Amino acid sequence: MERLLMKGNEALAEAAIRAGCKCFFGYPITPQTEISAYFAKNMPKRNGVFLQAESEIAAVNMVLGASAAGVRAMTSSSSPGISLKSEGISYLAASDLPCVIVNVQRGGPGLGGIQPSQSDYFQAVKAAGHGDFHLIVYAPASVQETVDMTYLAFENADRYRMPVMILSDGLLGQMMEPVSFPDTEIKLPEKEWACTGHKHRRTHNIINSLYLQPDMLEKSVNDRFMRYERVKSECTLSEEYLCSDADIVVTAFGASARIARSAVDSARKKGIRAGLFRPKTLYPFPETELKASCRNASAVLCTEMNMGQMVYDIRLILENTLPVEFYGRTGGNIPSPEDILTQIEKMNRRIKGGALSGSSI
Amino acid sequence: MEAVFDRPHALCDVPTHYCPGCTHGIIHRLIAEVLDELDIEGDTVGVCPVGCSVMAYDYFGCDMIEAPHGRAPAVATGVKRASPDKVVFTYQGDGDLAAIGTCETVHAAARRENITVIFINNTTYGMTGGQMAPTTIPGQITQTSPYGRDTAMQGYPIKICEMLAAVDGTAFVQRVSADSVPHILEAKKAIRKAFENQLNGIGFSLVEVLSTCPTNWGMTPSAAMERIRKELIPYYPLGIYKDISNQSK
Ligand SMILES: Cc1ncc(C[n+]2csc(CCOP(=O)(O)OP(=O)(O)O)c2C)c(N)n1
Ligand code: SF4
Repeated sequence: MERLLMKGNEALAEAAIRAGCKCFFGYPITPQTEISAYFAKNMPKRNGVFLQAESEIAAVNMVLGASAAGVRAMTSSSSPGISLKSEGISYLAASDLPCVIVNVQRGGPGLGGIQPSQSDYFQAVKAAGHGDFHLIVYAPASVQETVDMTYLAFENADRYRMPVMILSDGLLGQMMEPVSFPDTEIKLPEKEWACTGHKHRRTHNIINSLYLQPDMLEKSVNDRFMRYERVKSECTLSEEYLCSDADIVVTAFGASARIARSAVDSARKKGIRAGLFRPKTLYPFPETELKASCRNASAVLCTEMNMGQMVYDIRLILENTLPVEFYGRTGGNIPSPEDILTQIEKMNRRIKGGALSGSSI
Repeated sequence: MEAVFDRPHALCDVPTHYCPGCTHGIIHRLIAEVLDELDIEGDTVGVCPVGCSVMAYDYFGCDMIEAPHGRAPAVATGVKRASPDKVVFTYQGDGDLAAIGTCETVHAAARRENITVIFINNTTYGMTGGQMAPTTIPGQITQTSPYGRDTAMQGYPIKICEMLAAVDGTAFVQRVSADSVPHILEAKKAIRKAFENQLNGIGFSLVEVLSTCPTNWGMTPSAAMERIRKELIPYYPLGIYKDISNQSK
């Protein structure tokens, strides 16, 4: 397999094309720029569609149309643009339409900044739009993983007929790393539900999210949530590092997990039994895996590039069985491994001094 | 016995929810007749809006997509770009097309998307109970302009055909009316042309149909038809505002 040195954003776009993405619709925003630019350059040469829309709202609705027509479609944006897409994301989910949405996160709220951030965790996992629904949310931590997760995203979007989000950030999007693209042949599934013109051979297909009868709406939501149960058992991904004997488990996703990993290594060198738990899917969240990783821990440190968002899920899952503390930087600032190491050391001193304790699970 | 009048094939045999005397039904029929005449029902994808015609997906026999409020032109763009061999049309009210969806409308026109847009101008938001629309004429009483639309406070109506005719990308724009037999026949011709343009690759074609909302206008169906003639046609003159179909052939 050939190895190429590529930027995260460009590798993502290349992976999408190889995974069978036929249509890309986007609107310019930093730091996702290279994704659109890559599609603009490559789609015309590779039998695909690139269209710059008049807004993120239009772009996501173009995705809705292309997906309804039965092709693999995607859009990408950064934080403020994802807010605009949320209406369309809700309609896509409610219409059971597969698609891939990329958020290369930047600092917020408001116009915020253009430096990396992870402050859209809540938005991606809890509130990607109005109504009862979920997205599968992938959180890659390297360029290679961005590529692998892009393939998975298209495959699972089609398999479960739902929108999938890749939650990247300015750091992962801009960094260059060697990558290889799997040469598996892509088999596009039949979509008998798609609006492809009935040719008088079947009854008309309808893509819709309106149910005026409460019972019908409830049933459609229930059916979708049954599918989410399958998603939970079949799609959950996580990684644990040095957790089996860990006294302090650090939890982190995406780019901040890379930093946390160095901090864990340094802590080990200083004799502190630290480990790292990294969810690779944020929805479904690897709940059992997290509990298993914390089996010998005295405390958990959640580090994120935000004011503390995933930490709420960690606490919920651990159900107060362990003290869970938070350390984060926000606004586009990236915590250094030393910052996190300092937190681990402080935590370690408090554990040893008896100031930090919880029952084990 | 020979049948001389029948339901078009592209119009499903189901009861509609439209109010008595509402011209949405007439316009549905015209579109369905055109789909039959051009024999394109099996290759057509329709996009319905949020508004009184939100459930048009149950009424048209072709494949149908229900779009978010105002986004039908973007959804139609996605369908058409993904499958250029399909015939794609949108069916949109004035709130949908000329307020919340103005951006999508103007840019689909500017890109000369090869789609057909049927624009129902009934000068009000029918579905939500008769609020002021971007096309509500000065002085018109609605739920949210209870003293009559005051241009000093609430501004001026948007004349979509006039506006889109000024957009280079637009290929064909015509305003017609559903108030009387001659006008309905004219409307049918315009709708047919808007679909033929798409089949001929001519590009963005929009037909605005002046339509009634007897329920929210507080009028009988016949008084509503009369209102189109007396008040609306003078404000929104009928006619072809742009047609490049001869040039580009
Ligand atoms: C985002 C959003 N805003 C508001 C509404 C509420 N709403 C439903 S229909 C409608 C107006 C439709 O009016 P129009 O487009 O003129 O069509 P008509 O009902 O007159 O045929 C509105 C505002 C909505 N469904 N979605
Ligand atoms: S409310 Fe008005 S536009 Fe809607 S169906 Fe009734 S008459 Fe027609």
